[in-house]
Amino acid sequence: MNRQNLHIRNARLIDPRNGLDEQLDLFVADARIASIGQPPAGFSADRSIDASGLIACPGLVDLSTRLGAIEPELAAAVAGGVTSLACPPDTKPPLDEPGLVERLVRRSETLGLARVYPIGALTHGLAGQRLAEMNALARAGCIGFSQANEPIDTQLLLRAMQYAATFSYALRLRPQDQFLAREGVAHDGEVASRLGLTGVPVSAETVAIATALHLASETGVRLHLSRLSSAAGVALVREAKRSRMPVSCDVSIHHLHLSEMDIGYFDSNARFDPPLRAQSDRDALRAAVREGVAAICSDHTPVDADGKQLPFAEAVPGAIGLEILLPLTLLWAEQVQLPLAEALARITCDPAEILGIDAGSLSVGSRADICVFDPCEAWRLTPETLRSQGKNSPYLGYEMIGRVRMTLVGGRIIFEA
Amino acid sequence: MHNPQLNANGELTHLLSIEGLPRELIHQILDTASSFLEVSDRDVKKVPLLRGKSVFNVFFENSTRTRTTFEIAAKRLSADVINLDVTRSSTAKGETLLDTVDNLIAMHADMFVVRHAASGAPHLITEHLRRLGRNDVHVVNAGDGRHAHPTQGLLDMYTIRHYKKDFSNLVVAVVGDILHSRVARSDINALTTLGAAEVRAVGPQTLLPTAIERMGVRVCHDLREGIRDCDVVIMLRLQNERMNGALLPSAREYFHCYGLTPAMLSLAKADAIVMHPGPMNRGVEIDSDVADGPQAVILPQVTFGIAVRMAVMGILAGN
Repeated sequence: MNRQNLHIRNARLIDPRNGLDEQLDLFVADARIASIGQPPAGFSADRSIDASGLIACPGLVDLSTRLGAIEPELAAAVAGGVTSLACPPDTKPPLDEPGLVERLVRRSETLGLARVYPIGALTHGLAGQRLAEMNALARAGCIGFSQANEPIDTQLLLRAMQYAATFSYALRLRPQDQFLAREGVAHDGEVASRLGLTGVPVSAETVAIATALHLASETGVRLHLSRLSSAAGVALVREAKRSRMPVSCDVSIHHLHLSEMDIGYFDSNARFDPPLRAQSDRDALRAAVREGVAAICSDHTPVDADGKQLPFAEAVPGAIGLEILLPLTLLWAEQVQLPLAEALARITCDPAEILGIDAGSLSVGSRADICVFDPCEAWRLTPETLRSQGKNSPYLGYEMIGRVRMTLVGGRIIFEA
Repeated sequence: MHNPQLNANGELTHLLSIEGLPRELIHQILDTASSFLEVSDRDVKKVPLLRGKSVFNVFFENSTRTRTTFEIAAKRLSADVINLDVTRSSTAKGETLLDTVDNLIAMHADMFVVRHAASGAPHLITEHLRRLGRNDVHVVNAGDGRHAHPTQGLLDMYTIRHYKKDFSNLVVAVVGDILHSRVARSDINALTTLGAAEVRAVGPQTLLPTAIERMGVRVCHDLREGIRDCDVVIMLRLQNERMNGALLPSAREYFHCYGLTPAMLSLAKADAIVMHPGPMNRGVEIDSDVADGPQAVILPQVTFGIAVRMAVMGILAGN
């Protein structure tokens, strides 16, 4: 079972990293991609899969998945074609102890579903007071450090960057100035003005990005900015990238499609952190991702019904994302007229490169993490279709186009539909 | 998008906000209120429209005055009125808003009059009722956070219509803390729907919502400019907690810049009326000489308020 030789026939292979988009056969042996096109010498398939009409691409790589309960969320991941995911440190308790990180890694390995890459807490308990033991956390398996959504003062941030740069650790920040965002629950714009909701101004994001970029350039740390929400925010990152700073960023799949207008009459499923912004911001985010300035993340955040059936400002922010990451990326690609081979880069090789992990490509010899999907199959998103424990999504009832049919991790078929 | 306060026939089933109400519907409510006004002058101040119905006043935020006017209105319609001061009871024990609502439905409530500190709380309740299939239970928003206070907006329109007859030539200034004011939002929505010629939002930048001009108002930071030649001045209450925070240096400075004094009022049209949703802070947003002067219609607002609330409850009960 574990060492099955697989022959995937007739699929349209799309591998953005290698610029491949062609109908070819793919051969898996020893948990790795053995060859493409012709079988390797002496290959005999234990199972031959007819993938006519389907697309096979690298397993998706997600930059931000909140796990909650581990098993259902990892099942949701593979059902969505996600084979590698980064888990931010704001778990309960936060990932600030090597033991916790090792337990998470072991638990996910035992389940044998998607690969979990923990992001360690930057400070103890994410309290923003003392640096966490980054070196010990890295040895336990952390691939980067982050303060999640918790605030940190600029002096400690500078120290954290200096320390992380010492060991070449990557630092991730969700850029938001805690003072400008104070009590805010929605974009400080038309809808918040009309509905009487406290606003989060765009400057909460741009001030934090400018601060982070400034400190990062002083320290030379590799910086990743998570979940940008505004046109002005991505413009700052674009400029920094042009000046060759080692900086990257991502945008959540929700922010690529939704705007403040989707709050409608106080729909708590449209409460996000950072908030959904103006339509002009959304359009700028779509363009930035198209250009490759930003990758896409699912920002998967399961929230139970009790956390959402509250007045808008009191509701827990976030939405599930793993199981709709692929169809919503396909939809965006179609809308911005981007060829699939480029669009899929934003959820495969681009995030893999940001995380610095061996994933996101179909190169011969690489781990056989593969997503096989039907790009045309339509399905309706309902609570019953979701494997995630969270049923919180602003897309409930919507039709999705594109469905994962098979997911392989390390050459094992771990999901089939 | 589905408007949660209208049914498939476009009839009012809940009153959540003035936004989205058709102009004819607003006039229908005001006309109905007009017919109820004389009920309050009778010896027997009652009509049997809501006999046998239970109206629950559910106030998650204290307000004796608004609750009392709803109570009087419901009683004049012959309803049974139950007042619940939820601030002190269930929520303090950890019960959620919808838990409370479920309990009240089990007590056979026909109508909820809801006040809540969070914008959108009444929408959450109507959405819950919709899920339960209870289209026989009606919700009246008696003020939600900074969002809306539709019955206040309607009684303000009643007052303006009473004194000015027609909206189409009116210039109306809404002055003060618009950022935190649900009354201001409801008034602005009502005035733009009814076709007022110009609505001005007057206040310092710290007390105006960022995109207020998108609601169809002209923004004025200077009170003189805001009040000049207007027909109606609506003064807003400045909450105590705004005065010594980061939004304003002091009450004294606020009064100096934005307080309505007789001298300021003289810039408006000679027959301009002055309104205030109450309770007033004399010497903070309004000078006593104006509040007690001939142009103030603040007490008639209160009288009209009861008739307007009777009209709203009467119309809802019939739909």
